Amino acid sequence: MTNSQFSNLKYQLSNRRLQVTALAVLVGVVVLFVPIPLTRRLTASWGLAAPQERHLRIEASRYQYTPSVISVNPGDKVTIDLTTTDVVHGLYVDDYGVSTTADPGQTSRLTFVADKAGTFALRCFAPCGPLHPFMVGKLNVGPNWLLWRAMGVAGIAAFAGFWMIRK
Amino acid sequence: MMRQETARQETRRYELTQVPWLKRLLVSRWPLFLARAVTLAGFVLTIVAGLIGSPVGSHNFAIIFVWIAWWTFLKLIALPFGGRAWCSICPIPMMGEWIQQGALVEPGGKGLGLGRQWPKRLRNVWLPTLGFGVIGLFSAVTLTQPRVTGWVLLGFILLAAVLSLVFERRAFCRHVCPIGGFIGLYSRIAPVEVRVRDRAVCASHTDKTCVIGNEHGYGCPWQASPVSLTQNTNCGLCMECLRSCSRDNIAVNVRPFGADLARRAGRSLDQAYFGFMMLGSVVIYSAVMLGAWGNLKTAAYNVGTPGWFVYSAVLLAFTLGVLPGLFLLAVWAGRALAGSKASLKKAFIAQSHAIIPLGLMAWVAFTISFSFAKFSYVWSVLSDPFGWGWNLFGTAQLPWTPYLSTITPPLQVLALLGGLVWTSIWVRRIAQEELPEKSATRQSLPVMLFCLVFTIGMLWLLVG
Repeated sequence: MTNSQFSNLKYQLSNRRLQVTALAVLVGVVVLFVPIPLTRRLTASWGLAAPQERHLRIEASRYQYTPSVISVNPGDKVTIDLTTTDVVHGLYVDDYGVSTTADPGQTSRLTFVADKAGTFALRCFAPCGPLHPFMVGKLNVGPNWLLWRAMGVAGIAAFAGFWMIRK
Repeated sequence: MMRQETARQETRRYELTQVPWLKRLLVSRWPLFLARAVTLAGFVLTIVAGLIGSPVGSHNFAIIFVWIAWWTFLKLIALPFGGRAWCSICPIPMMGEWIQQGALVEPGGKGLGLGRQWPKRLRNVWLPTLGFGVIGLFSAVTLTQPRVTGWVLLGFILLAAVLSLVFERRAFCRHVCPIGGFIGLYSRIAPVEVRVRDRAVCASHTDKTCVIGNEHGYGCPWQASPVSLTQNTNCGLCMECLRSCSRDNIAVNVRPFGADLARRAGRSLDQAYFGFMMLGSVVIYSAVMLGAWGNLKTAAYNVGTPGWFVYSAVLLAFTLGVLPGLFLLAVWAGRALAGSKASLKKAFIAQSHAIIPLGLMAWVAFTISFSFAKFSYVWSVLSDPFGWGWNLFGTAQLPWTPYLSTITPPLQVLALLGGLVWTSIWVRRIAQEELPEKSATRQSLPVMLFCLVFTIGMLWLLVG
């Protein structure tokens, strides 16, 4: 093989590798972020019930919510009764932008429709002590698809990187 | 194969100092002096606010500017794109450096100091590793209590000054500062470097003005010799060598990200362990600060209680024992699979440098959720830095609002997966330094599994 043939082959190989890499990135992004249509059959097979009214009670204390993780189904009408055992605490639901504040000994109520699927942070927004910025809980609306998809793509990604530098 | 790769990467450089106005800007002392004046003013305000301002962290400039604004700027912008650029304007060593040099701007002053050499035994990053561990033990307090932040920063500036009086040049920055260790480790990723243009010119230049200094510039404050610089770890981007080189042989280059990872020089056990300290710390910080476990937060905060001792033991055991131990196991399994006779220690050190991209991207992913959710506090403390009820710019009453919460989890996923791909490339490349193709694959597989498990753990902590 002449030098120019070798260079040409090398170029074609590297170009093909670039194309495959670009395709892999595209597939990875699609797998990660394209929404799954929630048909009745699918939601039933995942064990998700039809939308319903949910009444939940959350107790806030320094620096946690109890329960710290709450789970509802997509479309549920969620009512949260927030109580606090020590000082004033707030509860803000990320992405939904809804919030409430509870004084000690009193209950405050927050109602919203869980129309966005995913996992969302619950944050205290009333300064309640030194660790206030880190007081968080979690709201799961349906399965956490982003996590599961990311874990799957992580396996593929690791070996994609591995493959990219094969001779 | 590896030498070819290194040579190929060497050619992929663009010399910024070829641009005349840019070179003038880099050589001039005034832009850097102005930037240092601004950071010093911010630093003084931070210490004062920390010591005399409101004890409520979210209403105090010290907490919000150091741990939200600066920390975010450092990890998301300055470090990945500028390497040690922050070190060139860091206010912590300024006082000591000015006393040592006896001048504020131009060289020529009569400085003070004993000018002793830093002890040989400590010419490594074991002290920064220990320092970062200690920071981790008290992080929940330091990050939330303005007074503690104020005292810690004041302590750092005094320690740097004392060390400048005793030892030559920037001994504190190079061998003590934990943040300097953090920046040094990940600066290998950055797409900017200071290097010599032609080594032959240096070989024939006996004066070595870049090392000892002259009327135009100081000798390298980081005690590095530009001709032997092969990676960014010990280059503070201060541009002194650019000023002092009488042969015009210093270049500032833009280069591919991660170019230093191909370098074998500088791979050492202390650097490897610092990498694991960083990898372990980001896991612990994510669990404490972003997790929903109140008891863990309380244990990390209540220094001196039994819970805190358990937390401390877990942090140290995880960062210095469990993570490196599991990695060692992975390297050992890889060696066994590959039938390699290479030294286990050497393989451990070499492979541990492949996880630098994964560590940096894990810190980026952690910072994204930590900072975006809290960044709106910056506007209120700008108007009321001491938390005394001022409203200097009319922003003191702006309500707390988490920013970009919709795209935060996808960004974190992309950062972690990007780090995993990047690391997997280097795991394989480093294995190929010593082994043929097939054996390199076998050597790499268990290390890849380690990286995959780490990534999945971080995904669970951050978006789970």
